[in-house]
Amino acid sequence: MFTSVDDVSVRLAETGYLASPSVATTVFLADRLGKPLLVEGPAGVGKTELAKAVAEIAGAELVRLQCYEGVDESRALYEWNHAKQLLRISAGRDETWDETRTDIFSEEFLLTRPLLTAIRGDEPKVLLIDETDKADVEVEGLLLEVLSDFQVTVPELGTITATRRPFVVLTSNASRELSEALRRRCLFLHIGFPEEELERRIVRLKVPGLDAALAESVVRVVGALRAMDLRKVPSVAETIDWARTLLALGADSLDETVVRATLGVLLKHQDDVLKAAAKLDLDAL
Amino acid sequence: MTTPVAERLTSLVAALRAHGIRVGTGETVDAAQAMAALGFEDRELLREGLAATLLHGIAQRPVFDPVFDLYFPRGVGAPEPGTADRDDLRDRLAAALAANDEALLARLAAEAVDGFGGYGSAPGSDGWSSYQTLDRVRPQTLLARVRADVGARNGSSGFADRLLDDEIRRRIEAFRGLVATEARRRVAERRDRDQIARRAVAPTADRVDFLFAGKDRLAELRRTVQPLARKLATRLAARRRRAARGSIDLRRTLRGSLSTGGVPMRPVLRRRRPARPELVLLCDVSGSVSGFSDFTMLLVQALHDQFSKVRVFAFVNRIDEVTGLLEHGAADAAGLGARIQAEATLTGWHGSSDYGVALGEFAERHGDAVGPRTTVFVLGDARTNMSDPNLAAVRLITERARRVHWLNPEQRSLWGTGDSAAPEYAELVEMHECRNVRQLGALVGRLLPI
Repeated sequence: MFTSVDDVSVRLAETGYLASPSVATTVFLADRLGKPLLVEGPAGVGKTELAKAVAEIAGAELVRLQCYEGVDESRALYEWNHAKQLLRISAGRDETWDETRTDIFSEEFLLTRPLLTAIRGDEPKVLLIDETDKADVEVEGLLLEVLSDFQVTVPELGTITATRRPFVVLTSNASRELSEALRRRCLFLHIGFPEEELERRIVRLKVPGLDAALAESVVRVVGALRAMDLRKVPSVAETIDWARTLLALGADSLDETVVRATLGVLLKHQDDVLKAAAKLDLDAL
Repeated sequence: MTTPVAERLTSLVAALRAHGIRVGTGETVDAAQAMAALGFEDRELLREGLAATLLHGIAQRPVFDPVFDLYFPRGVGAPEPGTADRDDLRDRLAAALAANDEALLARLAAEAVDGFGGYGSAPGSDGWSSYQTLDRVRPQTLLARVRADVGARNGSSGFADRLLDDEIRRRIEAFRGLVATEARRRVAERRDRDQIARRAVAPTADRVDFLFAGKDRLAELRRTVQPLARKLATRLAARRRRAARGSIDLRRTLRGSLSTGGVPMRPVLRRRRPARPELVLLCDVSGSVSGFSDFTMLLVQALHDQFSKVRVFAFVNRIDEVTGLLEHGAADAAGLGARIQAEATLTGWHGSSDYGVALGEFAERHGDAVGPRTTVFVLGDARTNMSDPNLAAVRLITERARRVHWLNPEQRSLWGTGDSAAPEYAELVEMHECRNVRQLGALVGRLLPI
């Protein structure tokens, strides 16, 4: 799919995703080695966006499995369409049992769920398994088979093997430690907060109307907040929100009043707001 | 792939394994494929590629980077000989810091180590020291100059200027890191690289011994409290879920089976009463083990919504309740130890720890804190300074409490040496070795009541 790491950066940038060198390298390797990509990092740094951007580049269909506590095989893999099977049985009253049986366990009655959808068919696909850490441990076992051999076994139909491997992205917020076995099958990528220069470019790209000098100040203030010991440090998403807010307010430079009035966009806890205000020498709120 | 490169890769993997990072053969093969795909032109790409294939978590990165720097160094041998003049080097360093030019800073670090880091002359006893380099170059004293420099260059940019000092400090800190890396590289060229990779690279934060952790290492540990607490909370919740189903309630199953003619169609599972576990923590906060106690207190505090009641007592040779201090101190973890020392009565006649008196006082004054639903954790090294261990008090506590666990930050082989009363206590309560965050996480996950 890609010729070089630079190629990855350029083409990701074309879709509006500015990638750091580590992101570009790992995406390149995931494509080359044909391995799934496990992306970790704080909320709002663009883990899910990465999968979408890759899908856009490859012209592939994005198949998404959103994990949550209690997600199971019938939600992730496949399910038989029982209602339709019942209709089929009652429609063909005169048939023998053998005929009916072979018929109701055919493709027509199979409801494919994301994992099976992703490995069937010949068109390119990107499989996004979002928030893998929210799923129970049992689901990880299910993923192991799918991710290592790209095949799924349906007892009535046999084993379905992918004719074309999808590009797989798993994301995790590390609220639970994923099992070692799953990690072993993946390339590991940690997306942290971007470097100052990159973040400036991201802000300029996402909020085009913003003055360059103001964008620089915005990024520097956010950088300073991240260095503080806060309960929830602002992420890239918050930086962009803040830049948009400043643009909407028509501020052309940062000063104490503006920062104080808009600090709530960046920080989500009252303790954090107080602490940051003290550190940044803003007058008491 | 050529043999020397493959050898380089396998020794890198061996060094990572020596630091407790589990890398399988499959991953090594992946790493080799990554190297082949990426080529050797760009060192940073190679670094990211190897990290992606060999590592499994961000906590391993601080170990990986220095090891990578040793096996795939930026250059070989001494740098271009620069001027050996200290003032000149400082001038150029100040300019590079002001411009935040990372490539130039790396070159200057190499030059600084070359010019000021060498010691000894006889082969075998000579080497390169980052400490000596930094002591002579003194980058931290450049702050004011760099600030003036930046101001002159960009003019005032308003509000963000108040952040400048911190930014420059971070750049200087990064430069110190570069010097350390460079010194390690030069040493490794003279000595055995594998040995340097094992000895001179600091272990991951969760393997640092509580008793030997320095100040900044402890600060680093404190930052891991919240993520660890979150992980433990989900583990506890999962254990609770599992414990809630399973055994069959025979009486209710039979009662239900009457409607189906005595055939138990629907088994009824025993429903657990939501137990409300209570937790009591007794923490030795004397100088020797205070890092360990602080960390554990913060961890338990972060887990407090898992329990109906958490009470924390601190002692040196007298005991006092500090639960209140912990609650409103959640924001200021660093000052916790000092606040406990200042606001609670922990010492009587002298300043050294005395387990016997403290435990006796607890049993006597706060005995009502312990009931049949209480799990007690004692945190400390059981070094009583030769005084009476007061086993009777411990026995009293164990009789009252549901469980008593003792977490000892000393390694097991030292228990019972010198003034340690660990073996005596261990006969009465379960004593566990708990030397680093990894062990603590495992113990807390296993021992906490559900």
